[in-house]
Amino acid sequence: MKDNGMPTPDPTPRPSAEDVIVDVDNVSLSFGSVRALVEVSLHVRAGEITALVGDNGAGKSTLVRCIAGIHRADEGHITFDGSKTDFHSPEDAREAGIETVHQNLALVEDLTVWQNLFLNREIVRRIGPIAILDRRAMQARAEEMVSTLAVNVPAVRSRVRRLSGGQRQAVSICRAAGFSSKLVIMDEPTAALGVQETARVEELILRLRDEGHAVLLISHNFAQVLRLSDQVWVMRAGRCVGGRRTSATTGEEIVALITGALAA
Amino acid sequence: MAQATVAARETPAWSRNLRDVGFWAEWAALVGLIVLVVIFQIANPTFLSTGNVQSMLVAAAILIILSVGQTFVIATAGIDLSIASAMTLAAVSFGQAFSRGWGLLASCVAALVAGTVVGVVNGVLIARGKITDFIVTLGTLSAASGAALILADGKPVTVINSTLLRLSSGSIGIFGYTFLIAVAVAVVAHVTLFHTRFGTHVLATGGSPDAATATGISTPRIKIAVYMLSGVLAGLAAILLVARVGSAEPAANTAFLLNSVAAVVLGGVSLFGGRGTIVGPVIGALLLTALVNGLTLLGVSQYYQPLAVGIVVVLAALLTRFQR
Repeated sequence: MKDNGMPTPDPTPRPSAEDVIVDVDNVSLSFGSVRALVEVSLHVRAGEITALVGDNGAGKSTLVRCIAGIHRADEGHITFDGSKTDFHSPEDAREAGIETVHQNLALVEDLTVWQNLFLNREIVRRIGPIAILDRRAMQARAEEMVSTLAVNVPAVRSRVRRLSGGQRQAVSICRAAGFSSKLVIMDEPTAALGVQETARVEELILRLRDEGHAVLLISHNFAQVLRLSDQVWVMRAGRCVGGRRTSATTGEEIVALITGALAA
Repeated sequence: MAQATVAARETPAWSRNLRDVGFWAEWAALVGLIVLVVIFQIANPTFLSTGNVQSMLVAAAILIILSVGQTFVIATAGIDLSIASAMTLAAVSFGQAFSRGWGLLASCVAALVAGTVVGVVNGVLIARGKITDFIVTLGTLSAASGAALILADGKPVTVINSTLLRLSSGSIGIFGYTFLIAVAVAVVAHVTLFHTRFGTHVLATGGSPDAATATGISTPRIKIAVYMLSGVLAGLAAILLVARVGSAEPAANTAFLLNSVAAVVLGGVSLFGGRGTIVGPVIGALLLTALVNGLTLLGVSQYYQPLAVGIVVVLAALLTRFQR
């Protein structure tokens, strides 16, 4: 499907191998008779914000789930940080340095901010055979994590239930950014936020990039994609139909790619 | 909510707390206990006599242990309706082992194993079989009491043992040994719930199964673990029950089931899971025991006790609606 008569020279010149953190190569995935992904090839560069756009059901989330180790590709393979991935669970992906900020944020409302930041990665002190949580260490570390990233710092000892949408998003992003992750995947990080909170979260995303994380961003908001991203990939009906450097494209062109008015 | 924050700016913390329904909801059990103690003490001055306090604490021991098990289950948004039947089966297992001359230690192990088996069956059916906790534990409630009847052939077994006698009657000061065991269980449970990874994962599993799964917590394993824990504690409670009654009976013990859930609700643990304490249910268990004891002391007919317990529990449940 790559050669359906591209009119322009490849708008996304392939960077050298060491610049690519994620390389998706001809990945296909079917759920029963539904072909969710069809020969998808794209790449994410290190130190960049890469946006993934497309209509509902275009396969964005499915692709992201493949990268995050939730689904396994039927065909093709994904290379992460120079080596072919063989993730059997999201945990494997996490170990490798891929963090996901889920659409539903994956926060436990009744736990505190620091408990959420360290969920399933708790720091423990061993007293003989017993492992006791090192609450103080986690709280101190959480304080650091939150204060370096978030603009409106949520108190690490307050329950997530008490935080605003933007603060929750910040906690979620802090969790993804901590623990030396190399790639942070974000699925619609500002979908549920107001204007001000969206601006804050966008600031956070930019800061993530400036700190050296690669970011893969799913968004429906074209203005946001143009504002934040360095590279845009467009998906339609399970295929990756084109990629552009953000600096070299326009909103109209992306919309045309999404709807199919423009073929690659 | 908006009103509460406005009030927060204008008034000092203590008076804000007193006016906040959420505060009362959080401490319903303690407030209830104090109110009951005051009322009963005024009505009958022997209520707070050393002897009566001691017997109340001992009487509360079994319920405290069951409530702790129930708390872990409810913290994961489950419920263990089979907890009292598991205790019955464990008690009967103890009796059968003892009457066959297995000795005290082996009989205790038999009780713990029986309780554990019921718990593991519950956990596996719920977590792996993906059947609703309510239905599963309702089924094991019936199955475990049935198994107890079959095992015991419907007859109680008298258990006479000097160690058990000492366990049920001995004390340090006003604290009976059985009460001290219950306190030890509660302390270990508190540390487990709030100071171990397992405890955090229990709360996460109850609070948001999706978030727990997304961070790599195996919620089925946590579920199996809490039901197993509930079963083990039912086994421990069975040993104390046999020690207290002096025999192992295949009796239904339904009051223990209702009271264990009641104590947890009184203790401010959310039935939707994700939040709870150990102190709360322990106080809840003390409250229920004090209620029954006080009514008995006042000469109120036994028939009124379940009614009183029911009213208190529903009131407490009503209060928890206002939890923050």
